[in-house]
Amino acid sequence: MFTEQFNKYSWEIIKQSILNKTAHDVRMALQKEKRDLEDFKALISPAAAPHLEEMAVISQKLTQKRFGKTIQMYIPLYLSNECQNICTYCAFSLDNKIRRKTLSDAEILEEVRMIKKMGYDHVLLVTGEANQTVGVEYLKKAIRLIKPYFSNVSLEVQPLDTTDYTELIEEGLNTVLVYQETYHQENYKFYHPKGKKSNFNYRLETPDRLGKAEIHKIGLGTLIGLEDWRTDCFFTALHLNYLEKNYWQTKYSVSFPRLRPIELAGTEQTVLKDYDNYMNDRELVQLICAWRLFNTELEISISTREEERFRNHLVKLGITSMSAGSKTNPGGYAVEQGSLEQFEISDERSAEEVAEMIKKQGYEPVWKDWDKTLGAKLC
Amino acid sequence: MEKLNIADKEFSSRLFLGTGKFGSIAEMEAAVLASETEMVTIALKRIDAETETDTLTSCFKPHHINLLPNTSGARNAKEAIFAAQLAREAMETNWLKLEIHPDPKYLMPDALETLRATEELAKMGFIILPYIHADPVLCKQLENAGTAAVMPLGAPIGTNKGLKTIDFLEIIIEQSKVPVIVDAGIGAPSDAAKAMEIGADAVLVNTAIASSKDPVQMALAFKLAVTSGRIAFLAGTGASRNQAEASSPLTAFLNL
Repeated sequence: MFTEQFNKYSWEIIKQSILNKTAHDVRMALQKEKRDLEDFKALISPAAAPHLEEMAVISQKLTQKRFGKTIQMYIPLYLSNECQNICTYCAFSLDNKIRRKTLSDAEILEEVRMIKKMGYDHVLLVTGEANQTVGVEYLKKAIRLIKPYFSNVSLEVQPLDTTDYTELIEEGLNTVLVYQETYHQENYKFYHPKGKKSNFNYRLETPDRLGKAEIHKIGLGTLIGLEDWRTDCFFTALHLNYLEKNYWQTKYSVSFPRLRPIELAGTEQTVLKDYDNYMNDRELVQLICAWRLFNTELEISISTREEERFRNHLVKLGITSMSAGSKTNPGGYAVEQGSLEQFEISDERSAEEVAEMIKKQGYEPVWKDWDKTLGAKLC
Repeated sequence: MEKLNIADKEFSSRLFLGTGKFGSIAEMEAAVLASETEMVTIALKRIDAETETDTLTSCFKPHHINLLPNTSGARNAKEAIFAAQLAREAMETNWLKLEIHPDPKYLMPDALETLRATEELAKMGFIILPYIHADPVLCKQLENAGTAAVMPLGAPIGTNKGLKTIDFLEIIIEQSKVPVIVDAGIGAPSDAAKAMEIGADAVLVNTAIASSKDPVQMALAFKLAVTSGRIAFLAGTGASRNQAEASSPLTAFLNL
């Protein structure tokens, strides 16, 4: 399990070692063809900031070689906002007094109809953590229900046991996204004071359980805004290296959502929470390029959390997948458009508009890049 | 130039193209036409079998270009066989580029599963072109299993690194009874020319064309390189020598 490896590292020592990287370390990292974790540290360090353009050029080249001039399109489908956890940064948090909603079968299909109209073939199912109402049985049923309409089904829900994952994979699940939120073990408790999610190690070992269940793809990441993003990204890279060695038949993707303002119940306006560890646009570009230089084959996705103009420019810089036209509330596409969203999206363009933007840059938006037959359990 | 025969088909062009990684379908179509290829490979996973007018497949019909469906994404023989059957239905051809790569990072082909799948698929009447390592023994085994050709890699797929496996390719070419098509890794027209010069029957190129700044011109360059490499092979390239020829051969005394 990754925990054993993780426990050998100290957050503070890693953080300091990243900050100590020099211009020489960065130049060395840029010259190499195969880059290791130390190179990754150099590329995400402040010392690499003056080399951003050079990093972007390499990143673009590597990405085009591996993925071509294509962007994969996916869309989230929020099934429920019920949640038994308290997460200080999330609108679905148990202590936020909002009306809770879990989609019924008929409602799921209504949402699916709207999503299909937008052209999507890859859907990401999202829920909060409420094991009574949206437990494994609910998820199994949901996947069975929507599977006829999508070639690729991803899931972003609470961490589950290996046997649960096996069952969901049998239903047709392809990918699971499970972000550690932060690898800062002490402060993790502060952000997740209550609920099953407060168990840091259970979450940390989730990708191990997914690997054992032989999932096709695992999405890793941390929330940007909680702790020092550089250190969090180093640990994500360490995690990725470990997983690639141990579960070599699984594909990996990363994402680094920058925290967005959330709406707290009882107030009419959006509360702009101030996050201590803000990351600016330059830094996010540096991070994307650093990831690409570190791991050529890695999929990198960017959601509608990011703003329109910024997303337009990211198309050519190293990312490989994008969502568009997203709603982050259960029922948001058709059933109950006014229900509370998990976070406010920034890029409000329709899927069609975003696809058009991608095409204008000489890239092809790819809607279908998987087939149900692949990975189907055969008797 | 003499034609290439694979199974029941005859090809004037010895260049096959992959259709992935292009910036648009129009760009891909233009590159395909410029290359004058007669066969392109298309991933089943990219095909929407439910819409009859799938743009990826339909754009080749007017040009009479053969489709070679591939099983990219399959991790074992079972998945590949299942995918092959669907591809046959969706693209209306029993030709198949068999790709089985349990490793999604480097897409390394699985020799054991590929051999297994070839045995099964040959019985089912497929014309199989398997993507494999440059492994001469495996090539002979695939021949016995009923493969229509072999597609050994020149370098890891998508790397544009050229003919890293050239020593093994030469053995495969020497021993093979079926056409040898060098598949992955060809990064420049000169690599393709080299493959043809050593006697490969054809090459398959994708990344080198799709990721070029000007895919149409690059497709044209590959067309010319493949043709010239083939002509050079037929003309017989002069053998290169490692040693200088001694002016006084060691055995000269025998003539005295």
